[in-house]
Amino acid sequence: MSEGEMARLMEEVEEKKKLIANIRNKPWRMKRRLEHLKDAQQFVDKFEGALGKGKGRKLYAYKVMMTKKWIKFQRDFENFKTACIPWERKIKEVESHFGSSVASYFIFLRWMYGMNLVLFGLTFGLVVIPELLMGLPYGTIPRKTVPRAEQDTAMDYSVLMDFNGYCKYSVLFYGYYNSQRTIGFLKFRLPLSYLMVGLGTFGYSLMVVIRTMARNADVGGGDGEDGEFTFAWKMFTSWDYLIGNSETADNKYASITTSFKESIVDEQENQKDENIHLRRFLRVLANVMIICSLGGSGYLIYFVVKRSQDFATRDDLSWYEKNEVEIVMSLLGLVCPPLFETIAELEDYHPRIALKWQLGRIFALFLGNLYTFLFALFDEVNAKLEEEDSIKNATIWAMKEYYANFTAYNNDSSATAPPINPADIIRGPCWETTVGIEFVKLTVSDIQVTYLTILIGDFLRAVIVRFLNYCWCWDLEAGFPSYAEFDISGNVLGLVFNQGMIWMGAFYAPGLVGINVLRLLTSMYYQCWAVMSCNVPHERVFKASKSNNFYMGLLLLILFLSLLPVVYTIMSLPPSFDCGPFSGKGKMFDVISETIDLDLPAFMGTLFSYAANPGLIIPAVLLMVLAIYYLNSVSEAYINSNNELKKKMQMQRDEEKNRRNNTNSTNQVMKDLEDLLPNRSLAPKAPAESSADNDQGGKPAKVTGKPGTAATGVNLQKDVSLASPNPRIAVTHPPGPRGPGPLPGAETSRSRGRAQPSRN
Amino acid sequence: MGNKQTIFTDEQLDAYQDCTFFTRKEILRLHGRYHELAPHLVPMDYTNDPDVKVPLALIVNMPELKENPFRNRIVESFSEDGEGNLSFNEFVDMFSVLSETAPRELKAIYAFKIYDFNTDNFICMEDLEKTLNRLTKEELTPEEVKLVCEKSIEEADLDGDSKLSFADFENMISRAPDFLRYLLLTLPSANDYNVVFSFGVFRNHNFILHSFLLEKQKKISHEIASDSAL
Repeated sequence: MSEGEMARLMEEVEEKKKLIANIRNKPWRMKRRLEHLKDAQQFVDKFEGALGKGKGRKLYAYKVMMTKKWIKFQRDFENFKTACIPWERKIKEVESHFGSSVASYFIFLRWMYGMNLVLFGLTFGLVVIPELLMGLPYGTIPRKTVPRAEQDTAMDYSVLMDFNGYCKYSVLFYGYYNSQRTIGFLKFRLPLSYLMVGLGTFGYSLMVVIRTMARNADVGGGDGEDGEFTFAWKMFTSWDYLIGNSETADNKYASITTSFKESIVDEQENQKDENIHLRRFLRVLANVMIICSLGGSGYLIYFVVKRSQDFATRDDLSWYEKNEVEIVMSLLGLVCPPLFETIAELEDYHPRIALKWQLGRIFALFLGNLYTFLFALFDEVNAKLEEEDSIKNATIWAMKEYYANFTAYNNDSSATAPPINPADIIRGPCWETTVGIEFVKLTVSDIQVTYLTILIGDFLRAVIVRFLNYCWCWDLEAGFPSYAEFDISGNVLGLVFNQGMIWMGAFYAPGLVGINVLRLLTSMYYQCWAVMSCNVPHERVFKASKSNNFYMGLLLLILFLSLLPVVYTIMSLPPSFDCGPFSGKGKMFDVISETIDLDLPAFMGTLFSYAANPGLIIPAVLLMVLAIYYLNSVSEAYINSNNELKKKMQMQRDEEKNRRNNTNSTNQVMKDLEDLLPNRSLAPKAPAESSADNDQGGKPAKVTGKPGTAATGVNLQKDVSLASPNPRIAVTHPPGPRGPGPLPGAETSRSRGRAQPSRN
Repeated sequence: MGNKQTIFTDEQLDAYQDCTFFTRKEILRLHGRYHELAPHLVPMDYTNDPDVKVPLALIVNMPELKENPFRNRIVESFSEDGEGNLSFNEFVDMFSVLSETAPRELKAIYAFKIYDFNTDNFICMEDLEKTLNRLTKEELTPEEVKLVCEKSIEEADLDGDSKLSFADFENMISRAPDFLRYLLLTLPSANDYNVVFSFGVFRNHNFILHSFLLEKQKKISHEIASDSAL
């Protein structure tokens, strides 16, 4: 055999070997594959001999096995990771029936639960547990004991519900903690830890919120929102072929239907025709009305609070006057949101945008709530501070008295006085514990109100509508009360404001975080049950925005608002003299300077004093401002270039599409140029179609009909024979615009194609 | 099963291994499943290549396919006679294409065949309407169905004939982000019925366990080995 023949044979053998390796990838029938395989193997056997054949196969089988094991391992790991996410199935179920916007609330709730769990771990691990385990037990020192006067009623249910009695003198509140610098054999520095955990709570929350916002901003980009093939993808890739359980299948059907409805709503919004002037006018009108009502409610709150201050001085108050503030607040909270919703109908926004506006407006309303609460609290704190001054002197005087009396009675100077029973010592008012109690009461009443509202507003209503419907004159289900829809904005805001309360109160009541964790946990189950059994999906189911950033933005705002009072009190108000971990100090943050002086080596002290120098701090602040400005401009530049690239891609796609269509390009200039030309020979040649079409079996119409068309004067013979039949190929007149309805099907084009030659 | 199996000759098993994405064990297990569908019809001895076809009605009752709205189309696409009666070769072929090691391009070809209800090698409006109605169990109004189908064709149709040829379909599906997750077609390989097989007979009372397995795999995000041509 000659060299050339050898080489050719080797090539053929290589080809056959490649065929054998790839035969499973070919879209052939099994029989055909088996035949080809046999042929190829015989050929290779004949000309290659036994060299390497057996080994190759074994190695291949081993490789395949390893790949499969690796895939299986990855799959199991992914399963495990997904199984670790709590409530995933529950949320998916809600999503499949109610849409992604309602589900986004539950995802937000779950995220909050995670954050609160971490805060709970921090607080309990570093503050509560050390005090419980290593600090002095109940009853040993005054701050940890119920005073004599209150001991009779300390166990009463009503007192406990008000968080007085034994509740007040427990680890739940600030006042219980001892100000000893180190406790236990581990020399755990409790006051320092208390302060650090308090500030660390805010730091951690800030970090987590901003990180989530940044991550969401990332996700929002790309062509996710205005995808090219939204409907096509939904059609062909939404069914999960792994589903074998009929219940899961039902859920999947529901979720696919909901998802289609959402996209349809979006599409209809895009196709709406609008009278832009009327719309603008209506929107301005609506905003004016809402600002008026917000201003009105703000003034009402201010007026009522002022009146309550006057009432505080009087004693003969009726029930209404005593509770006027709470009543007015609740009424506003009940009346204004529906009012805003009705006014918002004037604006006629896409439901997603309307939701955002509604959230913003109710947020502004609730800020008024917050303002009154803080105002009242601050008054109380000031009053307590004044009281404290007088009591402080009284306590010292009483102690001196006691010892003087004792030594007066016993002339024996060597005997020391027995310590006074802690329950008898005169106690200061301890304003921090009072503040903590206020926050805890507020949180608990908030929980109660929310749960009751769901029970009555949703569940009871559903029961009544369902069962009273049998004996009522009009159709309750379709008509007036009907079933409730899930109120996304109300619930989200409730969650956000509740978290704000927690942040404000956690410093004064370490137990508050634990209460909140319990509340979020039960809330998840309770609300999931309520939504599935009592609510109906919104009439217009809409897709939640891809990122949760709007909720995060609200949360960030509340975080800052709740940071301010706490930092203010830490910095400027003096701690109580006889309760809490900072008792005896001038300011709460003196703990830090104390630690630096006593615990850290000397040079650290000097280092910190240098660092605290304004001459160092001001340049540092300037530097940070400049860095922010620089990063901002860089990110703007990136966003701009991103948009440019997107536009370019879009233009390219349109061009490609139009080229294949053999119509004019969308570019007006090109259109004009083409019109100027004498004949149409400048129409671009379509690229060769994929040969995969030819593999699928014959398409006789495509090939036979075409030469006729081509012969009518357009120099497109080669291209047209490869492109799919296009009955609108312009010959003597410019092509019309693309019609909206379905174009004539295959038969018509085939017949047209065949008819062309006869025209000539 | 061990080395002493008598269902296939060694050459047959090797040939199957080369032509599909399965290993010996999986092929034998597949035969076990095939046999169970019609124990009186399917012989245990395949050494002389018997010509036996299991009818469509028995195959679409398999638990993997029972809940799938396209089960009839899937089986029909793999059958030579177009009626859905599968011989063992075609049965193995079907599972091989649907397995997770099969490449995306191969799956796209068969997906196109599945969604082409009237088998004219185009996905036209009627095909889309049928697909949509199966997906949503006819919950959408006719106007909504029309809107969705028109939008789909508008999005994916590149050559302007208002139906989707394979090129259009392939172009659209290759860009789908969820392609890997809800993947067009993936069924667990025969390997995963290990647990069920050890119970001996796979019947209704094992369905709970079986569906639990399938449930777990539902949450998978596969990485399709796009270069599975090893």
